[in-house]
Amino acid sequence: MDSVISVRNLSKTYDSGFQALKQLDLDIRKGEIFALLGPNGAGKTTLISIICGIVRPTAGTVLASGFDIQQHYRAARGKIGLVPQELTTDAFETVWATVTFSRGLFGKPRNPAHIERILKDLSLWDKRNDKIMALSGGMKRRVMIAKALSHEPEILFLDEPTAGVDVELRRDMWQLVEQLRERGVTIILTTHYIQEAEELADRIGVINHGKLVLVDEKDALMQKLGKRELHVQLATPLTRIPEALSALPLTLSEDGLEITFTFDARDEQSGIAPLLRQLEDNGIEFRDLRTRESSLEDIFVHLVHESRNAETTAGRESA
Amino acid sequence: MNIHAIRAIYLFEMARTWRTLLQSIASPVISTSLYFVVFGSAIGSRMVEIDGISYGAFIIPGLIMLMLLNESISNASFGIYMPRFSGTIYEVLSAPVSYVEIVTGYVGAAASKSIILGLLILATARLFVDFHIAHPVWMVTFLVLTAVTFSLFGFIIGVWADGFEKLQIIPMMIVTPLTFLGGTFYSVNMLPPVWQTITLFNPVVYLISGFRWSFYGVADVNVGISLGMTVLFMVLCVGVIHWIFKTGYRLKN
Repeated sequence: MDSVISVRNLSKTYDSGFQALKQLDLDIRKGEIFALLGPNGAGKTTLISIICGIVRPTAGTVLASGFDIQQHYRAARGKIGLVPQELTTDAFETVWATVTFSRGLFGKPRNPAHIERILKDLSLWDKRNDKIMALSGGMKRRVMIAKALSHEPEILFLDEPTAGVDVELRRDMWQLVEQLRERGVTIILTTHYIQEAEELADRIGVINHGKLVLVDEKDALMQKLGKRELHVQLATPLTRIPEALSALPLTLSEDGLEITFTFDARDEQSGIAPLLRQLEDNGIEFRDLRTRESSLEDIFVHLVHESRNAETTAGRESA
Repeated sequence: MNIHAIRAIYLFEMARTWRTLLQSIASPVISTSLYFVVFGSAIGSRMVEIDGISYGAFIIPGLIMLMLLNESISNASFGIYMPRFSGTIYEVLSAPVSYVEIVTGYVGAAASKSIILGLLILATARLFVDFHIAHPVWMVTFLVLTAVTFSLFGFIIGVWADGFEKLQIIPMMIVTPLTFLGGTFYSVNMLPPVWQTITLFNPVVYLISGFRWSFYGVADVNVGISLGMTVLFMVLCVGVIHWIFKTGYRLKN
């Protein structure tokens, strides 16, 4: 089994009665980048917090690198690095001191050369003697990543690593994630930015209402659920779609100047050529054409909606 | 045993002490010096000896205890409260450390700091009054035991507190009165009989009495009882901390 994290039947009910996770199963493969997507309150942070030992599970088991996170917490946690969502750093300590502290805390002997390398990789070397409170938000985020990497973890959790981060830093982070992957580090990231998942992830999991709605290879997911659209700009507005074309999946824009043709990306025959011929046969002239692939964002919104609808239906049935 | 973690927490906490040197060390030393100037030299010179000890010398153990208790509690409570307040506690909770190691690091640092302070106050006192220490080994034992016990107590307060106000309330409202009424400035034997009995419910009496015995060989209560009470309180604190980590009280959801 090549899974580096395996979550079985994991449930979490908070004291308030809120059920954050409902019998969740998940396997993370060694060396992959796994993106966990989901709306606010879906259970992303709870899941990560349980794996990292910050929140106690109500039921279920988690193995990290083959070690049970409760019975063998030392072995399990030693393999894991966590960059939490909130910017929580010390204030008065220097960058060097806080990163050195983290390494020790995770049971590793001092290794100034390693800390130096991390700080250089994260462009923090010049700031090493600065107090953390004097740093900008983006720099603090880098410090948190440096802390998480200080003990050379095999598994890295990035909980919304680029929330509120400027474009340049986001690019830097993506680069860093790629570098870490090359070194064999398994990375699990949660994000709101679908673009980020699209850019980085090997696999994607969508979580909603404490359940995994879907887990799949990113490419497969995009293909499976990906629709493509052809937008046809017309030379003269139409009032309605001609009878002869009514069999095709076409929609007309309100101003009557654009026809949208939806087709499946997987089909070998897209149907574009016959469509264009038919347009011509019906005397419809067009000025421009453009195709659009549905993004992960569309897929995500679709899935979340679907699971919400399923939930309400189920709720009604049980009621 | 994750020795590296204990060391990391300990050094991190001690760094806080050195960083805030003026506040951490200077202020207790200055305020104790003031006590000596007022009670030791100015008023003390007009006071009669207690148990054959000059008043200035008599109050030294009590004053050290007063500082030791307050400093131990505030160091330890602040040490664990700050990461909870700022959120950096996540790192400690997600680290491969047992609660014994966490407590050893935080409480060890807090106790070290107050022991250093206690010894500094002792040295400062030497500038004002002449005294001797009859049982130096016991003196150090009481010093360390009290520092550790009240650092454990401070740790509990630091976990329990959900605001800076609560952090201050127990030291201010309970510990300081108990210390003042625990025989810092007088011998319990000087009180009327009824109050002598009531006083015996004050745990601080045993600490001060035992500590004073290690200096001058005289005590209000039997030194064995003093030692027993101190250890009892320590065991109690350890029990509460064990419960805190077992249930995750205010630390984990």
